[in-house]
Amino acid sequence: MDDFNSLYNFVSGPLVWVAFIVFICGSIYRIYRLFSLVNKKEKFIYTIMSFKYSLRSIIHWIIPFASLNWRKHPVMTVTTFLFHIGLVIMPLFLGAHVILFNDAWGISWWTLPDGLADTVTLIVITCCVVFLLRRLVLREVKYVTTPSDFVLLAIAAAPFITGFFADQQYCNYRFWLILHILSGEIVLVAIPFTRLSHMLYAVFTRAYIGSEFGNIRHARDW
Amino acid sequence: MVLPVIKVEDKIIDDGLDKGMEKLTQDRIENVIDQVMSGETGARLKAYVETCVHCGLCSDACHAYLSRDRDPKFSPAGKVKRTMSVILKKGGKVTPAFIRDASEIASTECNACKRCAMYCPFGIDPAYIMLVVRRICHLCGVTPLYIQDTAHSHAVTQNQMWVKEDEWIDTLQWQEEDAREEMPNLRIPLDKEGADFMYSVIGPEPKFLAGLIYQAAYIFNVAGLNWTMPSFPGWDNSDMAMYTGDNEIMGRNKRFHFEAAQRLKVKRIVMGECGHAFRSVYDMGNRWLSWAMPPVPMVHAIEFYYELLTTGKIKVKEKYKKSVTLHDPCNVVRGRGLHEKARYVINELCEDFREMHPNREHNYCCNAGGGVINCGPPFKNKRVANNRVKAKQCADTGAEILITPCHNCHSGMEDIVLGYKLDMHVKFISDIMYEVMEKPEIG
Ligand code: HEM
Ligand code: HEM
Ligand code: SF4
Ligand code: SF4
Ligand code: SF4
Repeated sequence: MDDFNSLYNFVSGPLVWVAFIVFICGSIYRIYRLFSLVNKKEKFIYTIMSFKYSLRSIIHWIIPFASLNWRKHPVMTVTTFLFHIGLVIMPLFLGAHVILFNDAWGISWWTLPDGLADTVTLIVITCCVVFLLRRLVLREVKYVTTPSDFVLLAIAAAPFITGFFADQQYCNYRFWLILHILSGEIVLVAIPFTRLSHMLYAVFTRAYIGSEFGNIRHARDW
Repeated sequence: MVLPVIKVEDKIIDDGLDKGMEKLTQDRIENVIDQVMSGETGARLKAYVETCVHCGLCSDACHAYLSRDRDPKFSPAGKVKRTMSVILKKGGKVTPAFIRDASEIASTECNACKRCAMYCPFGIDPAYIMLVVRRICHLCGVTPLYIQDTAHSHAVTQNQMWVKEDEWIDTLQWQEEDAREEMPNLRIPLDKEGADFMYSVIGPEPKFLAGLIYQAAYIFNVAGLNWTMPSFPGWDNSDMAMYTGDNEIMGRNKRFHFEAAQRLKVKRIVMGECGHAFRSVYDMGNRWLSWAMPPVPMVHAIEFYYELLTTGKIKVKEKYKKSVTLHDPCNVVRGRGLHEKARYVINELCEDFREMHPNREHNYCCNAGGGVINCGPPFKNKRVANNRVKAKQCADTGAEILITPCHNCHSGMEDIVLGYKLDMHVKFISDIMYEVMEKPEIG
């Protein structure tokens, strides 16, 4: 049992710190590198950028069904919005997480009611299954899929699956909890160093194409 | 309506690609890729390839994918997978045969029409990636023969069609003479300093379509405009070098064009009905020369016709009777938002205008643009087969006349009309304007 305890302490103590530091520093580095590349080689991008058109584009794509392509793919649209909303709110607003923040820094905020948290968890897991099926079944998705896409999907799904088992306390709570915390840490570390970095870049790629379309092309991009 | 099936050759033979491949060495490939990846490209390419989550949502944007029974290798992300992704995965260590195929994919299966950029949730621009691939292939010396020939012509003569200076002047004088039978005091003023605008055309106009210069001159003379054309290189606004990835020649060409206007001290440039030339002058060539916007104000023919009609300089005698539909050229619609002006002009000129669907920014490209038609006969069947959706879209309008205010679209749509046996004729806006405008009596 002792081994288990010290493993738990390690995973929920120093490793969390490591994960957060890597996540934050890595993210800053990725964004810094993007901008230093722009400054070095593509300065003209600044002549294209427009706050108004960036926002116009982001708004049309951050609202479900507000762009033509979202409307063309209703299942994917519903899935991806549910998935991403879950992905953002769970780490931040889950009661168990906020308690941990509170323990560490003495700060706390609004939390999701437990019942809702379970529902969101199950929804996100379902969304991951839909993503998986799309990849296996739809020809145009299958063709562009690489093994890494399954790995990324697994990385994103893991905290939800393990978190759910831990929460339900079916069996071996400690085991699932350790797995959960590890998988959460993997997500954090993976964001700056895999294509999950789309979380960091999405706002810039959208802003750029929105500006290019609005400012130069005088055309809509949604 | 059942459209005929167009057969595509399994393997297309093209000397530019095949001979280029034979001469290509491994060293050269690696040097070129290193030069382009570490020297020329930057944040955009990085962000695009590192962000794409392979979701396939861009597929429905591409006419080639839709036309080829949704074969995923023709989807935007599919084409990136077959080209750039391999280059990145292998760290540039790819074979000459790969470069040959990549060149064929990037130059003949993608029109750089940017429709897919409107469909990707991240706003990733596969067209840009395809242009980077073309750049690599160009530097490797593996470009389809026909389009490479036009790029050579640009380099040597500053026009696309090997038109010599005396041929150019002769052609203009010949058109002037012909048009004088219709309007005895008509002029095509050459090198008139300080004119209100310089009219620029594409190389193929003097070569094959001189009648268009006649029509334009007639329209400008009736409207009583103060205009000019240069007698010297710089008159051609077209740019195939932009599409082969020969950016150096693209820049040099645009310099000639802008400098012609500056030398003539005109207030602005008016361009004929061409999409890719517009892209080169307005978006790509100028930027290569470090101008965020063109250094000389310029308008596309659609904007100019719009002015002529709204100011009453050209009046319509009797509207065109036949039913017409409009193909929105990507380079001036997705490239400059001229769709509403085009509709205004067409509704002023024609009685019975019918939309095709989708339209405006969401139009399907003609599949001729982006230099694809300029890759010539070897790729013609593939080009027509890859745009079945366009044929369907046109046929569904039931219109007799298909208007395309773009030269490449015009030729490409003619091939589609013939290939799919559509009952339509393809026309420029100026063809119709010339036909329906109020004309002065011959004295
Ligand atoms: C990296 C540090 C993390 C720690 C220390 C941590 C800790 C916890 C703890 C203690 C629980 C409670 C289990 C229980 O109910 O007894 C939990 C549940 C959960 N966590 Fe985390 N977590 C982390 C990261 C994440 C991340 C990154 C995500 C999502 C992307 C996530 C999603 C969840 C979910 C979905 C649940 C279960 C909620 C439910 O079904 O009620 N966690 N986590
Ligand atoms: C918060 C900012 C984020 C934005 C704006 C964003 C946006 C997107 C978009 C536009 C897609 C494209 C395909 C689709 O619509 O599903 C996507 C896919 C995806 N995202 Fe995100 N994302 C964000 C954060 C995250 C995070 C934090 C993760 C994981 C930890 C993640 C995991 C995924 C996965 C796995 C896919 C691929 C789904 C598939 O397999 O098709 N995203 N995201
Ligand atoms: S042809 Fe147009 S839609 Fe298709 S990949 Fe190229 S740019 Fe995208
Ligand atoms: S380019 Fe955009 S839409 Fe296409 S697969 Fe990549 S992320 Fe998806
Ligand atoms: S030829 Fe016309 S439709 Fe086709 S790419 Fe050019 S502008 Fe677009």
